[in-house]
Amino acid sequence: MIAQLVVLWTDALIFLLLFLALAFGIYASRKPHLRRPWGMVVGSRVGMGTLVVLLFYLVVGLLDSVHFHPWAQSSDGSGEKIPSTEVISLFDSLVSELRARQEKTYSAPLATHLYAKEIIELADGSTIRDFPRLRYAGAHLSDPEQSGADILRLSALGILKGVAVSLVSANVLIMLLAVAARSNFGEQARRVLQNRTEVPWRVVLVVLSMMLVLIFWSAELASRYHLLGTDKVGEDVFYQALKSIRTGLVIGTLTTLVMLPAAILLGIMAGYFRGWVDDIIQYIYTTLNSIPGVLLIAAAILMLQIYMSNHEEEFNSLVERADLRLLFLCIILGVTSWTGLCRLLRGESMKLREVDYVQAATAFGVSHLRIIGRHILPNVLHIVLIAVVLDFSGLVLAEAVLSYVNIGVDPTMNSWGNMINSARLEMAREPIVWWSLAAAMLFMFILVLAANLFSDVVRDAFDPRLGGSR
Amino acid sequence: MSEVLLKIRNLKTRLGDNNHPVYAVDGVDIEVYRGEVFALLGESGCGKSITALSAMRLLPPSGRIIQGEAWIEGTNLFELPEMEMRRVRGGQMGMIFQEPMTSLNAVIPIGEQIGEAVRLHDSENRENIPGRVVELLRSVGIPDPERRAHEYPHQLSGGMKQRVMIAMALAGKPRLLIADEPTTALDVTIQAQVLSLLRDLQRRTGMAVLLITHDLGVVSEVADRVAVMYAGQIIELSESRSFFRQPAHPYSRKLFDSLPGLHKRGRELAVITGSVPLLNQHFTGCRFLDRCDQAQDICAREAPDWSPMAPGRGVRCHLSGVLPVSRTLTGRYSKVESNDSVGETAMRLDVTGLKVHFPIHQGVFKRVVGHVKAVDGLSLSIASGRTLALVGESGCGKTTAGKGILQLVRPTAGQVCFNGEELTRLSPGALRARRAEMQIIFQDPVASMNPRMLVGDIIVEGMQAQKIGANRSERLARISDLLAQVGLPADAADRYPNEFSGGQRQRICIARALAVDPSFIVCDEPTSALDVSVQAQVLNLLKELQRQRGLAYLFITHNISVVSYLAHEVAVMYLGRIVERGNVDEVLQSPRHPYTQALLSAVPQIDSQKGVSVIRLDGDMPSPANPPGGCHFHPRCSQILAQCKHSYPASVRLSETHSVNCFRVGHYAATSR
Repeated sequence: MIAQLVVLWTDALIFLLLFLALAFGIYASRKPHLRRPWGMVVGSRVGMGTLVVLLFYLVVGLLDSVHFHPWAQSSDGSGEKIPSTEVISLFDSLVSELRARQEKTYSAPLATHLYAKEIIELADGSTIRDFPRLRYAGAHLSDPEQSGADILRLSALGILKGVAVSLVSANVLIMLLAVAARSNFGEQARRVLQNRTEVPWRVVLVVLSMMLVLIFWSAELASRYHLLGTDKVGEDVFYQALKSIRTGLVIGTLTTLVMLPAAILLGIMAGYFRGWVDDIIQYIYTTLNSIPGVLLIAAAILMLQIYMSNHEEEFNSLVERADLRLLFLCIILGVTSWTGLCRLLRGESMKLREVDYVQAATAFGVSHLRIIGRHILPNVLHIVLIAVVLDFSGLVLAEAVLSYVNIGVDPTMNSWGNMINSARLEMAREPIVWWSLAAAMLFMFILVLAANLFSDVVRDAFDPRLGGSR
Repeated sequence: MSEVLLKIRNLKTRLGDNNHPVYAVDGVDIEVYRGEVFALLGESGCGKSITALSAMRLLPPSGRIIQGEAWIEGTNLFELPEMEMRRVRGGQMGMIFQEPMTSLNAVIPIGEQIGEAVRLHDSENRENIPGRVVELLRSVGIPDPERRAHEYPHQLSGGMKQRVMIAMALAGKPRLLIADEPTTALDVTIQAQVLSLLRDLQRRTGMAVLLITHDLGVVSEVADRVAVMYAGQIIELSESRSFFRQPAHPYSRKLFDSLPGLHKRGRELAVITGSVPLLNQHFTGCRFLDRCDQAQDICAREAPDWSPMAPGRGVRCHLSGVLPVSRTLTGRYSKVESNDSVGETAMRLDVTGLKVHFPIHQGVFKRVVGHVKAVDGLSLSIASGRTLALVGESGCGKTTAGKGILQLVRPTAGQVCFNGEELTRLSPGALRARRAEMQIIFQDPVASMNPRMLVGDIIVEGMQAQKIGANRSERLARISDLLAQVGLPADAADRYPNEFSGGQRQRICIARALAVDPSFIVCDEPTSALDVSVQAQVLNLLKELQRQRGLAYLFITHNISVVSYLAHEVAVMYLGRIVERGNVDEVLQSPRHPYTQALLSAVPQIDSQKGVSVIRLDGDMPSPANPPGGCHFHPRCSQILAQCKHSYPASVRLSETHSVNCFRVGHYAATSR
C-alpha cells in the first residue's frame, strides 16, 4: 500500500508535539503537585466525557497526518507497480471509497439523484430534462423509490454493529479494570455501573458507546450514500469535514508550540530581571499588539503566496505547497498571539521573584538561570497549561474566520473555514445548498464545545486560587 | 452580671464533605454573661473561630452544624429563618474580624458603609444617619469624624480600619460583640489602643464581648473569664484571674511554661512536643494525650469528662483532682549553662550608615519624585555567638535592613563590613562566593520553600550553589545530619514541604540555612507565624544552635518577650533609624527613649499585677516616604521639647553599651553631669 513515505513539515511537528506531550505526561506522573490536578481532571465526569470525544478527533487527525505515495499501475501498460505521484494519507486510504466516489455536482444528503436538472438521454433516444441518478449513491437500488427503506435497513444494521462493538469494548474495559484492581469481573462491573469508581468509567463507557454507534451508523450509510451530500464538484462533504479535522487540530496545537518558547522565555525574563530587560520586552509586545492581527496575517500570507508562485519548482506536490502555507499560518498566528501569555507570565514572575524562597535561593548565591529553571518555571507551568488549553478552541475558530476572508489555509486544503467560505455562494443559490455549511458547523461545534468544556475542567483543577474548593 | 446572654449547648460542627469530615467543633458548651468579656483562647486550628461562626450561622459552604443549640436572650438561633437571623446579626450580635484590610469595601466611603449598618439595624436613628455615623466614629476614637466619614478605606491606617469595623459592629447597638482575633494583624502600640477601646466601650455600653484570641497576654489584659479550647473542645473554663494564678489543665500550664520571657533567660523553654492533632479522626482517649507528660493509663482508654472544680471553674482532664495546683510545679526547665562568650570563630559584622531608599516614580516618564527611606542611616555591629534583636513596629524598615545587610536589596549608601570585607562594593560574582557566610530565615515558613521541590532538594540547593560536599552521597549524608540536628526524621528529605506543620517547616528552613555553614544568620520574625507551643520549639533550637556553633543572629522581631528571652543586645528602630540601643537589661529594664517606653508598656503583660500604666501613643507611624522634620518621633511624643521639631537628636551615650537618640535624655545627661 505504502510505496514511499512523505513527511510533511506539519506531520513532523505534530508527532514532535505528541512526543512532548507524552514526555510531559510521564514527567507529571512522577510529580505529586502535577499528578493531583490531573487526577482531578480524570476524576471529573465532564473532563472524561469530553476527553473521549477529543480522542476520536485526535485519532482521525493523527491518521490523517501520515502521508505517503501509494502504489499505482505504471502508465506504459506493463502492469508494473510504480509509486504514484499523488500524496495521500493513511486516513485517505482507509476511507478510499469516500474519496473515490465523486459525483458530477451537488447532491443532497442521502439523496439518490443530483441536485441539478440535466438533459438525460432515455433508452429510446429521446431526451428529457430531469434530475439524473447519482453515479454512486444508491446505485445498488434498482428502484430509487426504495431508498427510504434501504436507509432504515442500513441504519439498523449500523446501530446494531455499533452496539455490539461497544458491548465488547465495555466488557474488555471492565475486565482490564478488574485485573488492575485485583477484583473479580462481577464486582468491578457493579462498581462501574453504580459509578463508584475513582475515575468515572460509567461516563466514559456511555460516551464511548454513543460515539461508536454513531461511527458505525455513519460508516454503514456512507458506504452506500453520501451521508452529508456532495459539493459543487461532486466531492463527498462528509469526507471533507473529516479531512478538515486535521487542519483544525494542526492550527490549534502547532500555533501553541510556536508561541510557547517565546512567551515563556520572554515573559519570565521580563518579570524576573525587571529593569531594561523588562522595558525592551514590554516595548516589543506592546508594539506587536498594536498592529491589527488580521493585517499582519494577511501581509504574511500574501507574501508567502507570491513567493510560492515565483518558485513553483521547489514544491513537489500540491499537498506540500498547501502544507507549507498551513505551517506559515500557524507561525504567523503564533507570532500575533504570544503576547497575552507573555504578559500573564511577566506578572506572575514579578510576584514570584519577591517570594521568600526565591530570596532564599538568592541568599545562597544560586545563579539566575537555576532560579528561573527550578523556582520560577515550575511555579508558572499551571498558567501555561491553562492558557494552552484555553487558546486551542479560539485558534480553531480563528482558522475558520481567516479562511473565510481568504487569508487562511490554501484553497485546495480541506478545512472548515474553506467549507464555510464556499458555502457563501451556495447559500445564495436557489434552491439553497445548506449541507456544506451545516457539516462544517457541526464538526467544528462539537470539537470546540468539547475543548471548551475540557479546558474549564483543566483550569479549575490547576488554578491555585480554587485549590481544593471543589 | 450573672444573667446569661449567649448560651451554646453541645455544639458540634463539621467541615468538609461527608466522606472525609473534619470534626472542627466537637461538643462545646459556652455561656456568656451580660456585660462581660469572655475570652476563647486556643491555638490555630482548634475550632474557636468555627464556634463563633456557627453561632452567627456564617459557616463556610462546607460547614454544617450537626448537633447542639445556641440561644441569645431567649431566641433559639438555629431555628430562626434566615430573614430573622439577618436581623440578629448586627442587631443583637456584632462581629469584627482579624483582617481589617479585607473587611471593608475599598470603593465605598467608610461613612456610607457604617450608614448602611445604621439603616439596617438602628430604627431610631434612621432619619439622622450622618449624625449617628459621626457619633459612632467619635465613640471609637477617630479624630475629626466629620471629615473621616467621607474618606475611603485606603486612606486609613490598619488601626483606624479596625476602629471603623468596630464602629460598624456597634451601629446596631449589639448586646454581644464577637471579636475574632481583632488585634492579631496590628502592631503592639495599635493593639494596645484597640484593646483599651474595646474594654472602654464594653464598660460604657454594657455589652458583652466574646473575644477570640491565641494571645495569653491579650486575655490577661481584658478578659473577665476564659475558656481554653483544644482540638474542638473546651478543656478549661475559669475566671481570668484564677486562670492566670493557677491554670488547671496540663495544656494550659504548658502554654505558660512555653512562653518566652526575661525570667527564663539562660534556660530552655518548656516545649509541648508534637502539634495539635488532626480533627478528621475519632478520639478514644484524651485529645491532649500525645503531648501530655503526665498521661496515665486511663487517659488513653477513655475520653475525660467535664469535671467542675469550683463554681464557674472546670476542666476536662482525668487528673483534675490529682494534679498539684501550683503552676510552676511542672518545673521541667533544664538549665542551660549560659554561654554568652563563645566568640572564638570571631565573626564580626559592622554596619555603618546603611541607607536603603526606594525611588517613587510618577507620571508618564516615570520621573523620580521622592524616595521611600525604608532604612535611613543604620549602624550596628554583631560578633560571633551574640544575638542582636532589632525591634520595631511593622513598616519601620527592620526587614529591609536585614535584606540590605545581606545585599539581597542593594543599599543606597553606607558600609556593610563583614570580617573586614566591604560587601557593598563586591561584584555580583564575588558576592555570590561569600553567600555561604550569611544566611536568612524568613517569617512565613510556607512561602519560604518552593512547594514544587522535595525537602532534600530544597536543603541541597545551597550546598550545590556553594559547592559544599564533593559528591551526591556526601551531600545526602549532610542532609540527614542537618535534619537530625533540627529534630526531624531522615526520611523527611523525600517528602514535600506541604506535608509538614508550620513548626516543622520552620525547622527545615533552619536546616537549609545551616547547610552552607554560615556564621551569621538574619532571623526575620521566625516565630511570629507560629503558635506559642511551637514557637518554644523553634526558639530552643535557635538557642541551642547558637551555643554549639557560635552563630551570630540578627533577630528581627516585634515580640518583646522573645527579645527578652533570646537577645543579648537590643536595637529599637523607628522609621528607618535606630532610636535606642544597648544590652537587653538596659533597654528593657530602663528604657530611656519615649518610643521604647511606649512600646514596652503597650506589650500585654501576663502578670498584670505590676500595674504598669500603658503609655498610649496617638496616631500611627508616619510614612517613610515623608518623615516628619526634626526628631521623627516628635508628632507622637508626649515629652516633646522645642528643639525636637527642628533637628534630629544626636546619639547620647549612657553607658559603654547603652545609647539613645533623644534630646530629653541628652538634656538630663548634660544637667546631671
